[in-house]
Parts: sequence; structure tokens; C-alpha cells
Amino acid sequence: MTRISLTVNGQRREADVEPRTLLVYFLREHLGLTGTNVGCDTSTCGACTVHLDGESVKSCTLLAVQADGREVTTIEALARDGELHPLQEAFRRNHALQCGYCTPGMVMAAASLLRERPNPTEEEVREGLEGNLCRCTGYQNIVKAVLDAAASGARV
Amino acid sequence: MIPAPFDYVRADSVDDAIARLREDPEGKLLAGGHSLLPAMKLRLARPSTLIDIGRLRDLAYIREDGDRVAIGALTRHHDVATSELLRQACPIVAHAASVVGDPQVRHVGTIGGSCAHGDPAGDLPSVLLALEAEFVARGPSGERTIPASGFFTSLFETALAPDEVLTEIRVPRTSGGWAYLKFNRRAIDWAIVGVAAVRANGGVRVGLTNMGLTPLRATGVEEAIASGADPAAAAARADEGTAPPADAFASDEYRRELAKVLVRRALEQVLA
Ligand SMILES: Cc1cc2nc3c(=O)[nH]c(=O)nc-3n(C[C@H](O)[C@H](O)[C@H](O)COP(=O)(O)OP(=O)(O)OC[C@H]3O[C@@H](n4cnc5c(N)ncnc54)[C@H](O)[C@@H]3O)c2cc1C
Ligand code: FES
Ligand code: FES
Repeated sequence: MTRISLTVNGQRREADVEPRTLLVYFLREHLGLTGTNVGCDTSTCGACTVHLDGESVKSCTLLAVQADGREVTTIEALARDGELHPLQEAFRRNHALQCGYCTPGMVMAAASLLRERPNPTEEEVREGLEGNLCRCTGYQNIVKAVLDAAASGARV
Repeated sequence: MIPAPFDYVRADSVDDAIARLREDPEGKLLAGGHSLLPAMKLRLARPSTLIDIGRLRDLAYIREDGDRVAIGALTRHHDVATSELLRQACPIVAHAASVVGDPQVRHVGTIGGSCAHGDPAGDLPSVLLALEAEFVARGPSGERTIPASGFFTSLFETALAPDEVLTEIRVPRTSGGWAYLKFNRRAIDWAIVGVAAVRANGGVRVGLTNMGLTPLRATGVEEAIASGADPAAAAARADEGTAPPADAFASDEYRRELAKVLVRRALEQVLA
């Protein structure tokens, strides 16, 4: 067991973990934060995307011990005081989800993208989301939602 | 999928990492883990100890070094791709890093890990080969510099000794044309074939991704250009000395043909 201490969604967390524990399972099973999904488990689909020190990463391909001392943000932390985050709102407005399985990862990847490029072109959105797969929507509305959120000028 | 159990230690310096590698011959360095962890989940790799060098921030840098640019081994793809210095001094490296995987992968994976992994399908290795980059390795008896031509030795194998740490990669400043053409079917995929071309000393140097057990130089093409052939004629020699793999994406014949097409396009771009 290895002792880790990290900040998850603004809260300090300490835990003893087996070194082989993947970050996504630490979040889901140790902390009960099940908003982050596991889709492929092989670093492909992006369903498990969270932020590590503010940048998108695939939490199925990181060890929890690699996040020790760092800051993790999951989909649970985006809505504030009962208000959806501007990206979540834009996803709803633009019908950017059907089953919703890919959505937490899509939103976290999009939030990281908009932080790096606040005014992306459509192509930059498509490229910025290349690490996230959706089996339902065909991406059209997802891209529209991200452009909509960017245009609304709301802080992401 | 979860990796098999292992001991986890964190190196607090390069020398500490070297000492730990010597303590456990079955141990492995962990940089970003974006090649190693997928392999460990599949039990293709089963190190007994993971020696985490991911926190050695003093190995994450990009700086001028005379007529070269020095890149610390732990510099992430994202930082290579967005480096102003590299975009000006050696743009092909920044570009190649920007087409590795996807943004999430680039936020974690490192240039050192990409090279030490020795994957012939990796994007940076063929670019570094074409650039005649230098690799700096530190081991128990000190530091040595390995030329790119001697670094990639076989499939997933490099000239690094088991107790050596790759610390730095040095690339030359380039001023002429360059191209890195990566061909894949889906956005996130590895290159089915990739071609790197850079102008150097009046000629052109060409590197090939995923055309054999290691990244390769297309020496036939380089010779043809040096003796005055046009891009199309030179590109016809692109598959000389290669041994491309066949897999679910493409047969070896397809790869040979693709290499010729991509080399022609790259040469046209570089010589334009
Ligand atoms: C979904 C996905 C898609 C990808 N797509 C691409 C792609 O399109 N193109 C591409 O080129 N790559 C791709 N990659 C691989 C990516 O570039 C990895 O980041 C890289 O190959 C390894 O870097 P790392 O820092 O993660 O190394 P690690 O996985 O930590 O290490 C890899 C190997 O190198 C050794 N090692 C690491 N650092 C050092 C060092 N400093 N000295 C000595 N040995 C060291 C380790 O012991 C290990 O054996 C992809 C990866 C994923 C998960
Ligand atoms: S579950 Fe992590 S990328 Fe698919
Ligand atoms: S909405 Fe179903 S996978 Fe994207």
C-alpha cells in the first residue's frame, strides 16, 4: 500500500492504495465519484477523461499514485450551486447527447480544450475532441455545443 | 484491466533512478506511463518494480544549446508541440509531437518515453532519425551521447543499457523545408506509415515510421535526390531496405506503396 494525498474537486483526500490502482477506479470505487465512466479501458474512448492540474487526461491510463500531491477535477465539480456549467448547458441546448455515456468525458475534454483555445474553429474542436468517441450522436451536435459554449463567452 | 502487482518507488533524482534500476533488474522506469501502462494491463510487460521518474521536473525543459535545441526527456508531447522555440528553430519536431495520439495523451506522454519505448510506429523517432538528433543517456559510469543512427536497435529495443536513463534529446536548428506526413484511418490512430523529410546540407534526409522493426532512413531516396532525381523518381526507392509489417490496417504491399506516395508528397513539399 502507498499513502497518497491529493485534491479532488477542491477537497483534500488521503488514502492508502495499492500502487496498481488506476486513477479511474480510485475515483469511482474509493471515492464514490461515479460520474467518470469507463468505456474501453484501453486509452481509446475518452469516457474516463478528468482534469489533472487543469488539463484533460485519461484516468484509465494513469495510476492513482501518479496523481499524488496533484489536483484532480471530475465532472461532478462542474455544476455550481445547482447551476449547470456553461458546457453542460450548451450540451443540453444542442442535444449533444443521447445515451450520455460519453458525455462526462466529452465535457471534460471540451473544458480543457476551451481553456487552451477559448475561441476555437470548428476544425479545432473536432481535432481537440479526437480522443473521445461517441457511439450515438455522430459528433455534429457535440461540436455545435462546444462552439456554442465558446461563443457564449462564459468562463469555462 | 488492471496491471499485475508491482512495487512502486519514486526516484528523487536521475542518480537515484539509476541506483534503483540496478537494485531490481526486472524494474522499469515510469515516465508518463502511456506506453508502459497499456502494456502492463495486457500483461505484455510485467515489471516487478516501477521507478517513477515522472516528478523529475528538472528533466522537463526546452532550451537553446548553441546551434541545437536541447529537449529534456521528461518534456511532455503537449509542451513540445506548443513550444515557441521549437516552432521557430526546429518546427518539424513541434509538428510531429502535435500529431501524437490525442490531447489527453499529449498532456501526459513524454518525448523521452516515446524514444526509449523503441516503437517503430512512434511519430517522434523517425523525425529524430531524419534530423540526426543526439540522445544523452546517464548511467552508473556517467553520461554518454548516442547518435540517432545508433539509438533504435530493434523492435521495442534501443541502445540504452538496462541501468541507463535517457536525459536529453538534442535537435539541430533547421532552416529549410520540412514535412512530416502521418497517414492513418482514424484520428486517434498510430501511423499506418509516416514520412519525415528535412532539408540538410543541400540534400534531403528522409525518415520512415512503421516500415520495419525500427524507424528507418530512406537512404535510397536520399541518394537519388543527391544525384539529381526528381521527387517522383526518388520516391520510387522509398521501400528499399524496408520490412513493413502487415496488420489489420494494411498489408505490407500496401505499406510499401503508401511509403512511395507519402515520400513523393513530402519531397515535393520540402523542395518546393
Ligand atoms: C491512446 C494512445 C494513443 C497513442 N498514439 C500515439 C501516436 O499516434 N504516436 C506516437 O508516437 N505515440 C502514441 N502513443 C504513445 C505515446 O506517445 C506515449 O506517450 C509514449 O510512447 C511513451 O511516453 P511515456 O512518457 O508515456 O513513457 P512510459 O510509458 O512511461 O515509458 C515507455 C517505456 O520507456 C521507458 N522510459 C520512459 N522514460 C525513460 C527515460 N527517460 N529513460 C529510459 N527509459 C525510459 C519506460 O521504462 C518504458 O519501458 C499513444 C498512446 C496512447 C495511450
Ligand atoms: S476508458 Fe479510458 S479511454 Fe476509454
Ligand atoms: S451519447 Fe451515447 S455514447 Fe455519446
